[in-house]
Amino acid sequence: MANERPHGKRIDEATGTSTVGHEWDGIEELDTPMPRWWLWSFYLSIAFAVGYVVVYPAIPLRREGTPGLLGWTSRGDLQHEVDEHRKGQSAMLAALARTPIERLPENTGLMRAAVAGGRAAFKVNCVQCHGAGAAGSKGYPNLNDDDWLWGGDLKAIENTITHGARQANDPLTHTSQMPAFGHDGILTPLQIDQVAGHVLSLSGKARDNAAGAQLFAVNCAICHGPAGQGNRQVGAPRLSDAIWLYGGTKEDIEAQVTNPRHGAMPAWGGRLDPVTIKMLAAYVHSLGGGEEFVEAAPAAKTDAKP
Amino acid sequence: MRSPDVIDLSRLADPVSAPQLFQKRKTVHNKRVDGPFRRFKWLIMAVTLTIYYATPWLRWDRGPYAPNQAVLIDLAHRRFYMFGIEIWPQEFYFVAGLLIMAGIGLFLVTSAVGRAWCGYSCPQTVWTDLYQHIDRFIDGDRNARIRLEAAPWGPKKIARRVLKWGIYLVIAFWTGGAWIMYFADAPTLTHDFWTGHAAAAAYITVAILTATTFTLGGFMREQVCVYMCPWPRIQSAMMDEKSLTVTYKDWRGEKRGSLKKAENNPEAFGDCIDCMQCVAVCPTGIDIREGPQIGCITCALCIDACDKVMAEIGRPRGLIDYITLEEADREKAGGAPRSAWKSLLRPRTIAYFTVWGAIGLIMLFALGTRAHTAISAAPDRNPPYMLMSDGSVRNAFTLKLRNMESRPRAMRVVVEGLPGAEMWSDEIDRKAAARSLLVTVPADSSASQRLYVIAPPNTPAQDFEFNVTSQDEQVEMAETKTRFSAPGDE
Repeated sequence: MANERPHGKRIDEATGTSTVGHEWDGIEELDTPMPRWWLWSFYLSIAFAVGYVVVYPAIPLRREGTPGLLGWTSRGDLQHEVDEHRKGQSAMLAALARTPIERLPENTGLMRAAVAGGRAAFKVNCVQCHGAGAAGSKGYPNLNDDDWLWGGDLKAIENTITHGARQANDPLTHTSQMPAFGHDGILTPLQIDQVAGHVLSLSGKARDNAAGAQLFAVNCAICHGPAGQGNRQVGAPRLSDAIWLYGGTKEDIEAQVTNPRHGAMPAWGGRLDPVTIKMLAAYVHSLGGGEEFVEAAPAAKTDAKP
Repeated sequence: MRSPDVIDLSRLADPVSAPQLFQKRKTVHNKRVDGPFRRFKWLIMAVTLTIYYATPWLRWDRGPYAPNQAVLIDLAHRRFYMFGIEIWPQEFYFVAGLLIMAGIGLFLVTSAVGRAWCGYSCPQTVWTDLYQHIDRFIDGDRNARIRLEAAPWGPKKIARRVLKWGIYLVIAFWTGGAWIMYFADAPTLTHDFWTGHAAAAAYITVAILTATTFTLGGFMREQVCVYMCPWPRIQSAMMDEKSLTVTYKDWRGEKRGSLKKAENNPEAFGDCIDCMQCVAVCPTGIDIREGPQIGCITCALCIDACDKVMAEIGRPRGLIDYITLEEADREKAGGAPRSAWKSLLRPRTIAYFTVWGAIGLIMLFALGTRAHTAISAAPDRNPPYMLMSDGSVRNAFTLKLRNMESRPRAMRVVVEGLPGAEMWSDEIDRKAAARSLLVTVPADSSASQRLYVIAPPNTPAQDFEFNVTSQDEQVEMAETKTRFSAPGDE
């Protein structure tokens, strides 16, 4: 009982549904409509898409895309988040700027914040030489240990970071110059061998020799001290400990005496703001070898009235 | 008895009587009924709804450092409180265990009493029941509701519908509102919610749950059970011939006929007088006389209705009754009826119960004996060790000390092994380095403690332990093994 309709449409007997009207070799298609909820979801998505295109950046043009009514950008989003974060930090940064670095340990919370900030700044500015774990390498001081060329309290570290080492443009920079004993012919290779033996003996790594001790007393003790204990005023390393910046074998020492290497460090005072430098100093101090700040004894005054 | 699962293909050509793949829904207007099963349903509904709405408002004193809500899922702080029990995220297996117990509990109930979950305590059933009572309260009983539905839309019908749907909406909102109370301090959240200070998630959750309750309970009702819910399909595999189910005893009821016909010719007719009461009271709108079917949630309201009719016409109760398929075959063959309780105790239900109980006992044991103190140590990896100027070797560790008690506790950390080693921290100066040190861990939290351990020169790399002991009457101990790195240990 085919119910013929115009354009070949008819009601299918088995299902009671209308066909779409086409026929291919006897195969017909039922005109089954999309479910309403599906259709309405589809229309809603279209409406949403139109609104989205108007409001948000959407259509790429030749130079840049359409900006959208809201003016939203992902960069702006990020900048907003950064600004919010900065705003949250501003009180801490202001407190840090006010506090002299040697007073920082009195304020545990501020100290902790400074260490955290310093850790981040260290990753950007310092790891290139001192390493990600601040363990340094040959020629680059290890900042975790308790051996300091120029002092290991907060103020000394801040000073070192600010003015660097061997920076010609900074009058306050750390400068020390070890003579090139071999290169300039002050000592003969034999004498250098002897003095290197003596240096090793200071930390018990070699047997002492009288000639070396004599040479050391004449040439080296003025900076490194008679017992090789070093001198932070001139940046002369301690020779009686287990830590060697340029290596601790006899060959290393002989090479250093013959033609010393002089490491340089940038003066960060011109590149970083004082607060960041404070944070860096706090971080380096916190690595485990930091020393306590001791107020330099005021020059003895004789106020006693006669 | 016609089986609804078999489609008679010869009838497909006739579009009127042929089963359709999609059936247009006919609203179910179930009639009020009273009886033991209806009263049991009332009881279950009262208990489950009370549990759901009231639980977040129960208080439980945990001292000043923990919330005082008896049941609280504190997502922000990653804690789950349930009366005297507190669960941390890493102990989520307790929740998994609870879910497994719930699953096996459903198996147990299904194999013993069939779809009792569906019939009495499923939220969909409880809320549908609640909404059907609203229908009755506003629009009257079955016949009045059928008339109202057929009536054209006029002011009276609109007013009725608006009132009814308004009440639907209030209940739905209350349902969604109760849900969020489990996730925050209920009184505070209620205040924040109405003053507009609650988190967006709270409003969104309430909106979603209000919409689902309104739709599923108010309008979709039995369609959820028939079309959406997977559980009836799983249950049909879980049930066996020994599971209780609501059964029309066709061998006793057929051939059905009106009371008058049956009185005239008692030999030709069975007990069923075709009064259609079982159909009228059914909340899912099925005819139980067609046999077991997916739409039957075994709520037993038809039993109540039929028993009442049987009592009125002076015939024995139980023409429709809870019996097992096995029992049905026996009765059909002429056997005497046996008590339904017999089918409850059998190897399968006992096995389910054993597994269910065992998991519960294991969980209780684990909960009762778990330590409230823990320690873990992470050695610094860059640099792994540090040579000090006196030649001694220093390692840095980050200790995590866990205190699961809701009060701050002092804990003593001790280095075990590693001869000659001492330790200090950022708070304790190196000059005060010792084999042990005290750390105070805040209530109900983990404390991170950075430690420097220093060993004499030439100490080789080796394993050692950190021990922790709580400095209170519990004296809980925990230990962790870690490694001390030294030069030459690359």
